[in-house]
Amino acid sequence: MIASSLSEAGRLLRAGDTTASALLEEALEAASRTEAQLHAFLTIDTEGAREMAGQADADLADGIDRGPLHGIPVALKDNMCTRGVETTAASQVLAGYIPPYDATVVSRLRSGGAVIMGKTNLDEFAMGSSTENSAYGTTYNPWDLSRVPGGSSGGSAAAVAAGSSLLAFGSDTGGSIRQPASLCGVVGMKPTYGTVSRYGLIAFASSLDQIGPFTRTVEDSALALSSIWGYDPLDSTSYPGAYPDPTAALDRGGDGLRIGVVTELSGEGFEPAVEAATADMVARLEKTGVEVIEVSLPTFEIALSAYYLIAPAEASSNLARFDGIRYGLRVDGSTTEELMARTRAEGFGPEVTRRILLGTYSLSAGYYDAFYGQAQRVRAAIQEDFARAYSQVDALVSPTSPTVAFEAGARTSDPLAMYLSDICNIPANLAGHPAISVPIGLDEAGLPIGFQVMAPALGEETMYRLAAEVERQAAFSLSPRALGAVS
Amino acid sequence: MSWEAVIGIEVHVELMTASKMFCGCAVEFGGEPNTRVCPTCLGLPGALPVTNRAAIESIMSIGLALGCEVSERSVFHRKNYFYADLPKNYQISQFDVPVCHDGHLDIEVDGETRRIGIERAHMEEDTGKSTHLGVGGRIQAAEGTLLDFNRSGVPLVEIVSRPDIRSATEARVYAQELRSVIAELGVSDVRLEEGSIRFDANVSIRPGEAEAYGTKVEIKNMNSFRSLERAVEYEIRRQTELVESGGVVVQETRHWDEEAGVTHSMRAKEGSSDYRYFTEPDLVPMVMSPEWVAQVGDRLPELPARRRARYLSQGLDVGAAGALSNLDGRLRAIYDEAVLAGAPAKAAANWLTGEVVGWLRKSGIAPEQLILGGHDLAELVSMVDGGAISSSAAKDVLDGVLSGEGSPREVAERRDLLQLSDTGALEAAVEQVLAANPKARDDLLAGEEKALGFLVGQVMKATQGRADPRAVNRILRDRVSS
Repeated sequence: MIASSLSEAGRLLRAGDTTASALLEEALEAASRTEAQLHAFLTIDTEGAREMAGQADADLADGIDRGPLHGIPVALKDNMCTRGVETTAASQVLAGYIPPYDATVVSRLRSGGAVIMGKTNLDEFAMGSSTENSAYGTTYNPWDLSRVPGGSSGGSAAAVAAGSSLLAFGSDTGGSIRQPASLCGVVGMKPTYGTVSRYGLIAFASSLDQIGPFTRTVEDSALALSSIWGYDPLDSTSYPGAYPDPTAALDRGGDGLRIGVVTELSGEGFEPAVEAATADMVARLEKTGVEVIEVSLPTFEIALSAYYLIAPAEASSNLARFDGIRYGLRVDGSTTEELMARTRAEGFGPEVTRRILLGTYSLSAGYYDAFYGQAQRVRAAIQEDFARAYSQVDALVSPTSPTVAFEAGARTSDPLAMYLSDICNIPANLAGHPAISVPIGLDEAGLPIGFQVMAPALGEETMYRLAAEVERQAAFSLSPRALGAVS
Repeated sequence: MSWEAVIGIEVHVELMTASKMFCGCAVEFGGEPNTRVCPTCLGLPGALPVTNRAAIESIMSIGLALGCEVSERSVFHRKNYFYADLPKNYQISQFDVPVCHDGHLDIEVDGETRRIGIERAHMEEDTGKSTHLGVGGRIQAAEGTLLDFNRSGVPLVEIVSRPDIRSATEARVYAQELRSVIAELGVSDVRLEEGSIRFDANVSIRPGEAEAYGTKVEIKNMNSFRSLERAVEYEIRRQTELVESGGVVVQETRHWDEEAGVTHSMRAKEGSSDYRYFTEPDLVPMVMSPEWVAQVGDRLPELPARRRARYLSQGLDVGAAGALSNLDGRLRAIYDEAVLAGAPAKAAANWLTGEVVGWLRKSGIAPEQLILGGHDLAELVSMVDGGAISSSAAKDVLDGVLSGEGSPREVAERRDLLQLSDTGALEAAVEQVLAANPKARDDLLAGEEKALGFLVGQVMKATQGRADPRAVNRILRDRVSS
């Protein structure tokens, strides 16, 4: 492998020791070697990517340096619109859909000189925790091909873990970046709500969705975030104020920080290996001078329930536009209503259908107050709980996922068990706070375990500072065993 | 038994902002289908709305003109329903926190002022347009449907009245008055035929003023003030006859059939429809600061009701005040200047609403291109009053002024329309006429009024109409009494 991180790749590029084209060819080669087993990608745009890599090399030769992502091969979750390249959200309903415009994140990647190599697999419309809900087939975990990579951004997580891309982007509505990052042994980060534009991200739940990076290192994550975030006038929920510098405190260490271990994110449902690794990491951090206290956030117990009312409610409305009238799949009918109904019945998979029904129900007259209204009140209570906690600590820590990667098919017939996969992740979405998952070790079966760091809104500098220390303490091997040839 | 009608009116007004409500596409009527569209107003996956500030200012000005409260904080909601010309299958609208609420509009009916309450004015986006192909353009028989999204996302203000209207005439006058207020604000072109202003009416009847409201029926598809009045009238009669013959009014939406002059049931509803409103998560709450509201308020033009009151105070009667108030702004400005230059209000108004409007219609010239100053009009009026020109000559003078021949005096001189005001010349003419008509002279001396008219006519004839009839009159009377 030419480089093990994008920062290293950047150094080599600028030193003239490699080229964007060479980095791309290596990524393409890794993908062609692993895709048959992993199925991380839905589309690989070889031609387009080669053009971008050529341009990136030409620019560098001309002395034009577009920043940290210049010449870096990047994979995008297939729910981000790419002009001229098929974008499906892993749904039949968008089979063959080619967007006429780029998402803001995609435009920023282009102007940052990144080489967009393809679109990665996901649970349909980002609804799921295993990437098994894709209409185009499951993605598998590079550490164990019988297991899932997590989800919904499983394709992006697997691509980075397998080395077919140094950087990938996913979206996180209720853990969809952090949980697969944890299960695939890579770094996955969800930024503060409103800091990364949602323009061009196919919406699942608008008040929760946020795009973020998958990388091999914490530093890479901070660099990638700095390249895509910032105010966007096309997204009304975009944050217009001053942004922190994610890279500013990476080297400062944890000494002097005060962190809280969340009581509610342990115990029943958490695998012993996960709990042990988490406790071990907390102890290591304490040794470096981090002050550790136990913090209770009682509302975390009901966060999952609130999430499964709010997210489906928004989704039921967001997904109403997929009706066969203007684009995507159309299944004909004798009336307009029949055409719409048939298109939607055939176009959506079972999990998406379940959530649309759930959401429609919770918004209905007579139920609104008991369901959606109540969930909004819980959301406010969670935000208050967080505020109380952050008046005592700089960051909160927990496992990213209660378990390591599970067997494919193990939870597909039990939606509740699947939903519990994200129990540690959902509170940060409901509060709009940043959170990151950093790999800290393997269980006895050799499966990765992730450690979650949460921070208050716009607390990315502190979050990355602590995450960098976690990474140093973990000294984690980056090589998935199942694809030994990759490393 | 006598029944009281209870009517509420919902008005939709398309704003003529430069761009649409939530995207940058242009707002214009008609055009090649689907040429003013973008990812946002087509509802493409991933596209997001951004609120048009100019539209918010427009609705604020409507609200202020209607005496509404402007909310300090207002939110958008999604109204969810499936329809082929609604690209997202939800409409961004407002639910419980509209931009404006609790106002009123005063209307004049049969010389009486009635105050109609305004419940709310809220902001929303328009839908696209469906064209059903095949027999009759009706959806049931359509062979296919064409969709045009040029209108999709055009800013739409919905103004909901309280059920304070009591007759079909009041309904029409309310609609007309509301339209003239909005026209005055300049925020919409308020063209009924293009659908940029649309009226729906909710009609119910009850046995008496003190009783609870009856079941209401919504009527749609009225595309003129006349058809609004007719439809409401029809609906009141239909409900009255129905109830009196032992029937029950059902809550439903009815379609006005202009040709047949009746309403047809479209669908039984409202009670059963559920739009699953919830806060639009793609938009943040709007904040209308008191400073912003004040700024918009300061820019409000004089509104029709206030203007009519001012005209009345200047001495016009109700009819003249109404007619003048409805004139183009340029004509009203001429009136104001003329009055300021000393012209009597009545005369100035009459000239404008009569001759000037007639001349504009005949010539096809737009009011803003008129070359008539207020001082010209004042001069014209004073020349007539002072006897310098006759009323009939004044029309020629006006034509000359409007045609660019100069000031009224210059035109009168150039066209030789000045009356004979030289007393000596007039007296000579009177003497000649008296001499030529001895019988009439004797009759006049005997006190017969008829003879006076005849003799004046003869003098006018002798002077080819240029004599001032009043001066001739005076000279003749002097002769009799001396």
